[in-house]
Amino acid sequence: MSKNQHGIGGLTFDSKKKARAPEWNVFFALLLIVVIFEGLGQALMGQSLLFDTGDRFGTIFNEARLKIIILQVAIIGIIALGSTQVIILGGIDLSPGSVVGVTAMVAMSFAQVGEINGMANPKLMFEGIYNLPVILPVLVGLCVGILAGAVNGALIAYTKIPPFIATLGMMVTARGAAKWWSKGQPISFPTDGYAALGKGMMPVVIFILLAILFHLILKYTVYGKHTYAIGSNEQASRMSGIKVERHKMLVYTIAGALAALAAVVLSSKNLTAQAGMGVMYELDAIAMVVIGGVSLTGGRGSILGTVLGALIFGVIISGFTFLKLDAYYQEMVKGVIIVGAVVLDQFRQQRAASRM
Amino acid sequence: MTDFTNANVVLETRDLTKHYGGVHALEGANFVIHQGEHVAIMGDNGAGKSTFVRQITAVEQRTRGDVLLHGKPTHFSSPIAAREAGIETVFQNLALADHLDVPSNLFLGREKVKFKFGPFSILDNKAMREATMAGLEKTGVKIPNILNSIENMSGGQRQCVAIARTAAFASKLTIMDEPTAALGVQETAQVENIIRTLKGQGEPLILISHNMRQVFDLMDRIVVFRRGRICANLKVSETDPQDVVAYITGAKTGAEFPEAA
Repeated sequence: MSKNQHGIGGLTFDSKKKARAPEWNVFFALLLIVVIFEGLGQALMGQSLLFDTGDRFGTIFNEARLKIIILQVAIIGIIALGSTQVIILGGIDLSPGSVVGVTAMVAMSFAQVGEINGMANPKLMFEGIYNLPVILPVLVGLCVGILAGAVNGALIAYTKIPPFIATLGMMVTARGAAKWWSKGQPISFPTDGYAALGKGMMPVVIFILLAILFHLILKYTVYGKHTYAIGSNEQASRMSGIKVERHKMLVYTIAGALAALAAVVLSSKNLTAQAGMGVMYELDAIAMVVIGGVSLTGGRGSILGTVLGALIFGVIISGFTFLKLDAYYQEMVKGVIIVGAVVLDQFRQQRAASRM
Repeated sequence: MTDFTNANVVLETRDLTKHYGGVHALEGANFVIHQGEHVAIMGDNGAGKSTFVRQITAVEQRTRGDVLLHGKPTHFSSPIAAREAGIETVFQNLALADHLDVPSNLFLGREKVKFKFGPFSILDNKAMREATMAGLEKTGVKIPNILNSIENMSGGQRQCVAIARTAAFASKLTIMDEPTAALGVQETAQVENIIRTLKGQGEPLILISHNMRQVFDLMDRIVVFRRGRICANLKVSETDPQDVVAYITGAKTGAEFPEAA
């Protein structure tokens, strides 16, 4: 028996160090992708992706591009924080893109200004409802998202239909509701207070704050522990006394609330809300989550992984733009990367299973 | 050998009965286990062993009869209520979450918290780690790095964790449903060591097993089920495997159980 093994009855327990955190792999993937784009940039464009070559800004990094990379993933990243939890739970949520649409419409209709250039706002959604304090549209938006998430959760937990179907239904229904709300008309002209929520780097600030919050919640609270436990073994969780149904409702509701926050930030940033907002966002969010090492079979993954996944996503999109490649390629490569990440996860699981 | 007098009865069932529609899966089971006693439940497949355990642990609700824990009648609404009352069960299919570490599994569904705030209560990981070490020590299980996830462990180690779960909590009664059925020789030995440790500590235990050698090695008493009834109640010291097989197959029936013939 070697020194680092202990046991009785001939059964030994290996005391090998805990395996390297999987987030490191995602981080290395991020570095690798950056290096690839740097190389391609130097070779094809004679420019650097991330560094300020030629001292155009007098800084080490190309800060403008760094900002864009983070900014363009921040809003979908907020959604991805919710998707992370749903997927760790062993579920899937296809509805956040549509929830963004309907929430943006509803929130914006409570965020309009009364006057434009000294004239009464002709596009008011509700007569007499204008110049409300910023907290009101945000709360109304949150309520919409929470309602959608709670309906998802209730369907999945209590009618036992697959999450895929329940949230697909919500995806279609919420999109319909978004179009119905203003009969397809865009809603614009928010108050300055509302417009401030998505101004400049605010989406990034909100994304990072929410990421830190949910990182702590998943890591250090009973909520987090139960989310992982249910995703890992629902039956065992139930036998252990975890109120599985109630917990599922809670997780889907939080995912809905996060989609609503994304909608508020997005409509604020665009200064308008349209029924078509957020189309396909759920898939981009799921892509970030999967790239970030969260297992689609549940029980494994982290917020940190998803944030890194979002950055990879951002670097790829920026990289393609930087290389002046058509948007078609972006979409196609996105698809390949999603499938590739899931295939990698499969391999990882098979390896884990073969060790037993 | 310890004298098991009526004074220290841990669990008693009276006329415990379970019907599934017309099927009489369990009929009038009268059973007693004393403090520090290790009792084996044996019987053919479908003899009513698991049904019996399911009524005690409230996985199912009984049709008729009483279950008394320390002399007090109980009516557990769920397995969780039974567990909270001190009846810990190691299930045949391991109730473990593979992706979680050992303390998380031990405390699954009853986490220690530092700060209570509904579902967002803050976990007390340090207290859970320490209690885990204490629980593993009690069972004689040594796992140097308890922060490894369960999926990286062998079947035997996983079973040990499942059993340590019962020992980590001040349980009044441990029930094991074929804990070694899926294990190899060495791992079975490990689990049997744990059972011996529990015996040494005076913890009462009910073991469902098909393994005659195991039962004769470890247990004090054998209760044989046949066709939903208890047909024999034998002290290990006063019987032999052939005799037990005769009761299991129905070739023989205990004098005090005429209706089980």
